[in-house]
Formats: sequence, structure tokens, C-alpha cells
Amino acid sequence: MITIENVSRRGFLQGMLGASAFVLCVRVIPTPLLADAVSGLTVDTTAFHPSLFVGIHTDGTVYIVAHRSEMGNGVRTSLPRILADELDADWARVKVIQADGGEQYGGQDTDGSHSVRDFFDTMREAGATARLMLVRAAAQQWGVPESQCVADPVHTVADKNSSRKFEYGELAAAAAKLPVPKKEELQFKPASAWRYIGKPARGFDVPDICSGKPLFGMDVRVDGMLYAAVAHPPVLGGKVKSVDDKAALQVKGVKQTIPIDPFAPPHAFQPLGGVAVIADNTWSAFKGRKNLKVEWESGGHTVYTSAEFKKELQNSARQPGKEVRATGNVDAEFAKGGKIVEAEYYAPHLAHASMEPPVAVADVRGDKVTVWAPTQNPQAVQDEVAKALKLKKEDVTCHVTLLGGGFGRKSKPDYAVEAAVLSKKTGKPVKVVWSREDDIRFDYYHTVAAMYMKASLDESGKPKAWLQRSAFPPINSTFAPDQFYGDDGEMAMGWSQFPFDVPNFRAENCKAEAHIRIGWLRSVANIYHAFAVQSFANELAHEVNRDPLDYLLALIGPQRTVFTGEAEKDTAEKYPFDTGRYRHVLELVAEKSGWGKKPKANGSGMGIAVHRSFLTYVATVIEVEVDDKGAVRIPHVYTVLDAGIVANPEMVRQQFEGAAVFGASIARTGEITATKGVVNQSNFNDYQVARMNDAPFQTDIHIVESNAPPAGVGEPGVPPFVPALCNAIFAATGKRVRELPLTRNGFS
Amino acid sequence: MVQLKVNGSAHTFDGDPEMPLLWYLRDILGLTGTKFGCGMALCGACTVLQNGKAVRSCSKQMSTLAGAEITTIEALGANGPNPVQKAWTEASVPQCGYCQPGQIMQAVSLLKTNPKPSDEDIDSVMTGNICRCGTYQRIRAAIKEAAKGAV
Repeated sequence: MITIENVSRRGFLQGMLGASAFVLCVRVIPTPLLADAVSGLTVDTTAFHPSLFVGIHTDGTVYIVAHRSEMGNGVRTSLPRILADELDADWARVKVIQADGGEQYGGQDTDGSHSVRDFFDTMREAGATARLMLVRAAAQQWGVPESQCVADPVHTVADKNSSRKFEYGELAAAAAKLPVPKKEELQFKPASAWRYIGKPARGFDVPDICSGKPLFGMDVRVDGMLYAAVAHPPVLGGKVKSVDDKAALQVKGVKQTIPIDPFAPPHAFQPLGGVAVIADNTWSAFKGRKNLKVEWESGGHTVYTSAEFKKELQNSARQPGKEVRATGNVDAEFAKGGKIVEAEYYAPHLAHASMEPPVAVADVRGDKVTVWAPTQNPQAVQDEVAKALKLKKEDVTCHVTLLGGGFGRKSKPDYAVEAAVLSKKTGKPVKVVWSREDDIRFDYYHTVAAMYMKASLDESGKPKAWLQRSAFPPINSTFAPDQFYGDDGEMAMGWSQFPFDVPNFRAENCKAEAHIRIGWLRSVANIYHAFAVQSFANELAHEVNRDPLDYLLALIGPQRTVFTGEAEKDTAEKYPFDTGRYRHVLELVAEKSGWGKKPKANGSGMGIAVHRSFLTYVATVIEVEVDDKGAVRIPHVYTVLDAGIVANPEMVRQQFEGAAVFGASIARTGEITATKGVVNQSNFNDYQVARMNDAPFQTDIHIVESNAPPAGVGEPGVPPFVPALCNAIFAATGKRVRELPLTRNGFS
Repeated sequence: MVQLKVNGSAHTFDGDPEMPLLWYLRDILGLTGTKFGCGMALCGACTVLQNGKAVRSCSKQMSTLAGAEITTIEALGANGPNPVQKAWTEASVPQCGYCQPGQIMQAVSLLKTNPKPSDEDIDSVMTGNICRCGTYQRIRAAIKEAAKGAV
């Protein structure tokens, strides 16, 4: 339930907007008022709880709050523009204000590709409400009927019967005195009248980014601030046995060393513990840490060695597991014999490696804490800092900076908790800076997964039965003890959802134990599930000498809706899994890429894959060239997506261009391994990500025009990329990639 | 004691001679436009100009910089927008934006020595600058656009 209140008279934002400004607040959930809803500004009332808001200054500046985190996802642009559209505001006169963490916003955790889909209607309603109030203010001043006034041209209310008009700024003070109209009174613009929705626009912050403004968490500087680097236990759950900090303390600039307590299991969002080196600059803190001599007590996870674990995981996937989804009877069908095809796939751990490593500044003053952090989840920062310091959540203010990349890592606030703990112990503001080595060695890793696939084919080559099993240490292992199976969320990501027209189907999930921190990474379980399903479909096509596209289309079969998985139950009515849309993106990408029409050169090939995730349908065709030494070049990627209504096509294209590069990183070199519980990789030399010459040279994005409700765009470009690339490599070389990354298969 | 110029101003440094230029710029001078990415000259986020040429500030110790003239992203557009910055904005290159100051400084350096770079030239020079969001295609386009104007 959304309610909108006129808070102009309550002094809300007066510091910024002036006493006569017009401010609307949207209340998403009726929870008690906390405080300091917006960065640096004070709310002076206890009567309401603002969420998204729009404010109009008497000079005509429109302020729109972004309550979700910006990490390259474009959310500080796409959401405010939806509001600005319905308000008929001039985008050049909009200023975006970043919200602090606060329960009044509802969930702020910016992950799962759901910002636009969850707040599209809310932003429109807020804009339409403000517009109607401005129109009413003008009508009153002119003494004419409201119907005679129109919000046109932009940022203006005009009298249709005369040349009179008011700029929005001129109406702000009058509009501020009006009651908020009921939702039934609002008139939403038809899609044909949209100014910004569906029209391309660059990011709000682009000019500031290009001039090097201090926008990121890494750039935060607070008076009197100390700098900290933390030596973490190399094995998860490890503890400090002894510390010799003599050499560390001799480093110029180092002030002291401070132990950080080990976590009490489950680790969840708690710091890993260890020893912090406090200094008066980052470099000294790093150098001091290098000079620390710490002996660790490593605990049980020293059993974790990737090469051995791989066998264990593959074995687990070869045995029957928990049934996730079944139709018909695969066992009965397999028992009949006929042509049986089996294949196994393996995908290793990945690290997020956002360009800005984890970093946070905290200032603890008595029982109040201020945190500045590049975080996807400021409310989790509040929760975890409060827990660690035994304070109330509302005593923790979290200012959200721009994020230098997130990809899921920065929804876990362990690094911000470290800063808070150290600020409390030093009595000064502390900035914790993770080095790249910290980032790669102490991530919440994308999990490692083994998949086993089996199908029996009829005479035409179509599967009569299809069995798929996966085993992976689940994300839940981060939050609770003894978690060995994927949850509904992981299963709905391309596993319990089965878009193929096969009468007998069973998906299973098999046991796996986690020994390092597991978390979500851009598109999560879709990565390995789509790799297995779309590779296996390609293998079946080859097995029966069919064109991979034709075979996929036959597999998909007639238009229908299919089970969306338990995790998508609540959204299944609004967002059914429609095999017609799934098929359409596939057909369109074939057309755009000239599938089957291009002459095949030696060492080159095309691969195709389709996947639906985060409610968006995506098909990708990749062209590769592989030389006789196995060096892979990716000259062209074609992606077609159907994400329903698209708020900002420019940013959608950026997300999918970026997803192709992210996918290239996963496929080519992405691999984290451990030896005796210690992660082997540490920086961009041994955990390589795609550079300009590794990335696809050209990625063409085609967005399907649609009136369907908006779906996700940040993540769904990733899953089809890896199988499309591996299928292309097979077409080029005849070599099937069943284990990622490519470097494990003699390719570079 | 090291004397150097940063963005046209003279500075004297008498701290740890091993301190990399990156942390001097960021923590001592407060010029945070230059970013920390890897600390090993692997990613290019910390790229600045030393006497007009791109260098990785994370791996330049202060002791080696006597008499150096350093230019950071903050000074690049000081006299009106630099054509590279302009091209970057026009092409809507940045996503998260964190690596972009380094990318821009590297591109400025490239265009100084090679005003009309080919795709191969761009790839070979820019390959030292990682962008995890994957903006490479737009970076290439922006460099070509900037090359059309006088840089």
C-alpha cells in the first residue's frame, strides 16, 4: 500500500528547499518514523514516514530521491526519470539526492535486478500526484477550472484558453498548501505521451564521473580520520593464535594494532576477525600489515582443496538427490532404453572483483554511529553495525556513496562493520580499505557447481525424458549451520523452471558442503544452470545432426506458460514464464545475427543460447575465431532481450553490453580455487578478468518492444553468454567445453 | 625530501620514500579522482600523467619522482572540458565509473602520441586498463570520437 503525503508544511527538507518549497513524500510501508531520512537533512515530525519523494524548489529545481544504490546499474537515472516523466519535469532541472539507509523506504537491498520493476508504479504515482497538485495550484490562482490547465510545455502549467502560464517553481508555494489528491483522481499519461520512459538517456552522474569528483566510498574523507588495513584469517573461521606487531609498529605512520574478534558461526555478514593495523594513511596501514607476524589457528575448513572437492561434488551429482521438480516419470522412460545421452558440467567458484575493493568509513560518537559506505544494502549496514556495537539500528546512520561496482559483493556489509568496530576502539573516525588481495581472498564467492544431465531421445531426436542434477555449496550456508542444498531461489534460477516440451522431466539438487563464504554474484545460480542446460541442448542437437537453433525451437515447442519455480510464485501471475516470448527472442537473435546464413570459415563458429532470468527473456548468438594455438577471439555478440517495458533503453543496452564482458570473464578465465582452505588467487594477475582485447569486439543489443510489465536488466544478460560461447567454440573446433573456464580446456 | 609538481602546483614530500604516488595524491593531497584498484600496476585505475605520459601511480614510489610534473583527472578539464572527457560523456561510457578516470588519462596519453589510432592501436594501449562493468566497446568509440577533434 502506497500513500502520498504533502509534507511541505512540516519543514521537511527546508534546509535545502526553503520554507515555501513543495514536497511530496510517498509512504511505502507504515512503519514508525526513524530519523534523518535523507542525507544531511532532518525530518521534524513523527507523523509520517517518507520513502521516495519529490520536492520542487521555488526556483524550479526538482529534487528526486534515489533510494536504491548506484553501482553502474543506472538506477539513479532510470527511476528518477520515471517520476520526472509523469511530473512533466524538465530533466535538465532535476537533481538526484541519494537516500540514507532507512526502513521507511522498504527494502533497499539493490540486488536481484528488481529496482525498476518494483518501483515503476510508485515513481509514476508520485510524479502524477505532484503534477496534479501543480495544475490545481495554477487553476486556483487563475480562477479557472482545473480541466482548462495543462502541464505543457515541460516544467510549466499553461491555461489552454489564454497565453497565461506558470513555471513549476512559481507554483511550488501554492501547491505546497494543497491536500494530496486521491489515487483515483490521478491521470496517468498514456505510453504514447511519455517523455523519458523508453527514451535513451545517459547516466545522471556521468559528467561528475568523467571529471574525477569524489563520489565513491573510496573517496570519502572525514576530518581526523585514521586508516586501517585488516589481516584476516586465511582460512574461514580461523582465529589469531599469536601476534608480533613490533615490525608493524615501526612503520612510519602506523599508530597501533587492534585485534578484531572472530565471528560466532554462522558468519553471515559479520567481519572475519583478525588484526587491524591503524595508521595515518592507507599506504602505511598496508605496509604495517605486511610487517605483522600473525600465527593462525585455522580450524576445520583446512579440508578444502579444490581438486579433491571437485571429485566429491561430481560424485554427489551422479547420485540421486532431492527432487526439485518432476513431471511424468523419467525413470520409467529411461528403463525403456533407446538412445540415451549423458553429460557432466562443472563451473568453479568466482570472485566479484569490483574495481573498487570493499571500503568504508565509520565514525562512532557515544551511542551514535555514522557510516559512509559503497553498499548495495544500507539497511544491512545499520543492522550489522548495531549488532556488533550493541546499539539500536536507528542509532546507525548509513550514507550511501556511489559504488565502484558491486555485482552482489557489496550487499554484504562485513567491511563496514570492521570500520565501526575500529572507530569505537580508537575513538576516531576510521576508514577500512581492503586491498585487491583482501578482496579476492576474502570474498563471498559465487559457488562451485557440478551438474549431471541425462536424456533419452525418440526416433526424431527429441527427448522423451530429461533428468538434471546439480550439486553446489548453497548460499544458505552463509546464514545457517548445516546447509547443504540450494533453496527455492537458487532452484528457480533455471533449474525448477523448465521451458522445454519434454513429457518426462526431473530436476534434482544434491548435497554439497561449503568451506568458504558463499554469496550471490551477478545472475547467481543462473550461471551454472544455464551453462548446463543450454550446453546439453546443444549436445543433443549435435548428437542427432540437427541445427542447434532448429533443435532449440523444437524443444521449446508450442506457446504456453510453464512453472516459474516456488521462488517466483508471488509474481507468476504478473510475470508468467511464457514460452512464446522465450521463443521469440531466440528467433529474433537468429535473424539479427544471420544465423545459418554466414559462410563458415576455418576456425570460426557461431553459438546460440537462450535463458530467462529475473523475469527477462534473453537470447545470445556469439561468433568466435579460434586459432591453431587455441587462442579465442570474440568478434561479435548479438543479444536480443525482452524485458517488458524498458525505462531507459540506453542503460539497458549498457547492462547487456557489460554482461557480455562479464560473461567473457567467467568463461575465459574465471576460477577461484582453494588449497587447504586458503584461496589461491589474489589479484588481477592470477584472477584474470576480461580486458579490452579479451572482451567481445562488438556487442549488438536489440530490445524487444513490449507493453508487458518491466522486468530485470542488470543480471539476465550474463547466463546465456557462457553456453553460447562454449557452443560457438564447439562449432569452431569440435571441442566440447564441459568444465569452465576455457583455460582448463587448452584455450586462451 | 622530494619536490614535484602536481597539477601545476609545487609540492614537497618528506614522508616514507616508498609511498606510492597514488596514496600521496589520495591521502595526503586529497586528490581522490585517481583510483586504487590493484596496487600492482595490473588494472590501470590509478593512471595519471607523468610529464605528459600515462603511468600507474600505484607503482611509482615517491623517491623516484623528484622534479616530476604530475597531472591528474582533476586538472584535465580545468581549462574547459577536455575532448576526451567530452567524448566520454557523449558516448555515455561510464557505468559504475570507478575505473574511468584512469581510462580517460590513458586515452589522453594515447592520443598525444597517436592522434589517429586504429582499433588495434587502441586495443593494445587500453588493454592495461580493466573495466569490470565492461564498457570497452564504448571506450573504443569515444577514443575515435575524441580523435576526430584536436586533443
